[in-house]
Amino acid sequence: MNFEFTEEQLMIRDAARDFAQRELLPGVIERDDKAEYPTEQVKRLAELGFLGMLVGLEYDGGGMDTISYVLAMEEISKVDSSVSVIMSVNNSLVCWGIEKYGTEEQKQKFLKPMARGEKIGAFLLSEPEAGSDATSQRTTAVDMGDHYLVNGTKNWITNGKSASTYIVMAQTHPELKHKGINALLVDAKSEGVSVGPHENKMGMRASDTCSVMFNNVKVPKENRLGEEGFGFKLAMQSLEGGRIGIASQALGIASGAYELALKYAQERKAFGKEIIHHQAIAFKLADMAVEIEAARFFCLKAAWLKDQGQAYGHASAMAKLYAAETAMKVTTEAVQIHGGYGYVKEYHVERLMRDAKLTQIYEGTSEIQKIVISRGLIS
Amino acid sequence: MKILVCISNVPDTTTKVKFKENNTLFDDSGVQWIINPWDELALTRALELKEDAGNSIDEVSVIHVGGAQTDATLRKALAIGADKAIRIDACAADAYYVAGQIAAYLKENPFDIVFSGIESSDYNGSSVGAMIAEFMDYPGISSVTNVDLSNSEVVLYRAIPGGKQKIKVEIPFVAVVQKGITNEPRIPAMRGIMMARKKPLEVKPAVEMDVLTKSVKFELPEAKGACKMIDAENVEQLVDLLKNEAKVL
Amino acid sequence: MSVIAFAKNWNGKFKNSTYELVSYTKKIADQLNTKLIVVSIGEVNNEDLKSLGKYGAERLISVNDPQMNILTSRVYSQVISEIAEKEGANIIVLSDNNSGKAIAPRISVKMKAGMVAAVQELPVSLDPFIVKKRVFSGKAFAHVQIDSPVKVLTIAKNCFGVLENQVDCLIEEFEPEVSKDLYKIQVLEEEEQKNKVILSDADIVVSAGRGMRSPDNWGVVEELAEVLGAGTACSRPVSDEGWRGHEEHVGQTGKVIAPNLYFAAGISGAIQHVAGISRSKCIVAINIDPEAPIFGVADYGIIGDVMEVLPKLTEAIRNSKS
Repeated sequence: MNFEFTEEQLMIRDAARDFAQRELLPGVIERDDKAEYPTEQVKRLAELGFLGMLVGLEYDGGGMDTISYVLAMEEISKVDSSVSVIMSVNNSLVCWGIEKYGTEEQKQKFLKPMARGEKIGAFLLSEPEAGSDATSQRTTAVDMGDHYLVNGTKNWITNGKSASTYIVMAQTHPELKHKGINALLVDAKSEGVSVGPHENKMGMRASDTCSVMFNNVKVPKENRLGEEGFGFKLAMQSLEGGRIGIASQALGIASGAYELALKYAQERKAFGKEIIHHQAIAFKLADMAVEIEAARFFCLKAAWLKDQGQAYGHASAMAKLYAAETAMKVTTEAVQIHGGYGYVKEYHVERLMRDAKLTQIYEGTSEIQKIVISRGLIS
Repeated sequence: MKILVCISNVPDTTTKVKFKENNTLFDDSGVQWIINPWDELALTRALELKEDAGNSIDEVSVIHVGGAQTDATLRKALAIGADKAIRIDACAADAYYVAGQIAAYLKENPFDIVFSGIESSDYNGSSVGAMIAEFMDYPGISSVTNVDLSNSEVVLYRAIPGGKQKIKVEIPFVAVVQKGITNEPRIPAMRGIMMARKKPLEVKPAVEMDVLTKSVKFELPEAKGACKMIDAENVEQLVDLLKNEAKVL
Repeated sequence: MSVIAFAKNWNGKFKNSTYELVSYTKKIADQLNTKLIVVSIGEVNNEDLKSLGKYGAERLISVNDPQMNILTSRVYSQVISEIAEKEGANIIVLSDNNSGKAIAPRISVKMKAGMVAAVQELPVSLDPFIVKKRVFSGKAFAHVQIDSPVKVLTIAKNCFGVLENQVDCLIEEFEPEVSKDLYKIQVLEEEEQKNKVILSDADIVVSAGRGMRSPDNWGVVEELAEVLGAGTACSRPVSDEGWRGHEEHVGQTGKVIAPNLYFAAGISGAIQHVAGISRSKCIVAINIDPEAPIFGVADYGIIGDVMEVLPKLTEAIRNSKS
């Protein structure tokens, strides 16, 4: 057992912190307000290597471990989750699957530019009628011999508009149910692909979320990831890793709100003393600190298992569930500690509270995490 | 050409300063250490100069006097882009000692340009750069705000009270740089962090050198009295107080 | 034994900081029961040199060489060290400004003399020789002991004040031998901002932060500075945003200043900013946020919008003057 980070892990954490404080904080309120995609910020994210930090060096990634990824995700999410979600999706949901299951050609063609951050990816699983129940995919990929013909609509797609490469889950053999699903690498510019309008969201407003429609889109056979019918498994495995990203994001949202509340409580006076000296506030902060620390341990444990090559699906579901619930609770309390100031945009915590809500919903709702966790309990 | 950047390791600028052992030692418990902000700007500028192919700079190295616990700071300098780091293995006792150690290294390993930050944010000595220049018998230019190597001659800009000067200097020289030398210190990229592991960090023994000064005691500034609040509608009262109470107008 | 003060001139004229330096050094000389020698390098007319007698300069060694009008730290440090050797000086004091910062370390190395920069007050003790200096950018002070026989100090502005102590000033000319090799720096151009109060010299500074909301709003800051004859400064975010030049940035990583009166308008008062201004004699904070930490360090505070308060203040000061 060792609770110490390596020098490199700390350096990555500090780099992420400097980046977030220096380059994300200015303008974060405005980007949220206008639901403006962080184009410049994503470019810097790419230059610094965060967009492909988990990808191996041989494919132009950062070659970093998952512990570092948790630390970086936390720091960036303290300030701007609309940016960290782009990083999480690109690393965990898109690059991971290609690096693990892609052919050498697919890696050269699709993975490398995404690892460098020159292009970004999106993961297309959810459908208007297949959210939590991902087995009921209605998007079809009909086998036409040398290619698939894809038809259908995907919903709630992070990076939907800005991505160049999609990983699309589509049903090829409906009779095999989820075992008939394929994962296809689709160039976003392919003929027949159209992107819906930007969703006007409650939180993470600056990230682009939209639906993507496929109308007779031809996808070459060599763009299939893994064996025929491997799509659903790939999606589930990707989500196991994705949950570490989103859990770390939730952790960052919570710790960002907590840091602001702690600072505010030490400056704001009421009844003749700083409000942190009122027990009602001090105890809130104590609870927040404990839960955040616990969430951090969950995230790091899941990351550590992944880095050790051990099964981490159960741990990442626990991390995602606990961190998301903590984020919601902590941000709500952070707004409460700020009082009226907490309810206005200038003080950041209301945004963090809106952002927190999404962590309980996407990449598996809290309820789905409980299904995953409870299934793991049954021997 | 080769550039050597002198680096010191200082507490993060947001550190709440505390002392221990009856106020005779800085209490470094829980302190985050960083590259002295001015040194970090100097390093960033040195790297910018190197990246500009026209300048033909083949090496940017950093040097530091300190114990093994400061290696993390040097590795950050490598991650940002320095080619090599040198650590003189000794306690940075005072400016004279530090400058003497760096000069001793320079005499064995010549560089064309030496950068040093205008001061360190811990002991605010603001003297190491000029001392190195003296030990080496080099010209030393203080308050440097820009370095231009694009022509055949070396042109520096330095701040003077109420203005600036453009000056020409011959190598080798020491430039003591201040804010404005570059916009912002660099954030290390993932690739840089990975590569830092493979770059050389040389540890050299210290040479014999005297220590001329020592800090014997520290104190914190006295707490200020309460702030007197004046109504925004009554600025005349402020003018009156500044004149007759504070006597500063 | 003797004590030397280096009186720097600016185009042949001395400044208030020079008088403070002479006053301070005279006091140390008295405490040590020894003589003060003031050194001046470059052309200064006799009347100006004599003016230093008002602050206790009984002996003045003048190197009246036009070639030395422009400060070259190698030349100046050599001249001062040579005089110090000749006179058996054991304490050499300079002002803590750009030139002092460039010359003092060189003297320190030449004479193997322990040096302390930005000393805050008279020595805490003469034997052992201990001085107090600002450390951690003003967040603390250190008592530094100098163990070498010769000691070099630079003194911070406003650390002692100007103290009149009229004596007859005896001027001696001195012609040192300086090798041409030492002039390796050639000034190509010089640019001066005319009619602008130099920040480090200013007795009053009007400083503004992000609370100004836009660089277009700086007119009200400049107007207040103008009626006060004050220098203008700004906080770090403002210079980082490029709203104002870096030369105006005051704080831990910018300039550290010690004016008599400092106005902080729309500056929240981050710890790094406070480090750069904490030695100001009087601080006035104007901020819309009553919780801004700047009020914790200010002597006087006004809660309000800077855009409304500053013009009113300018008006009130103008009226009080007429």
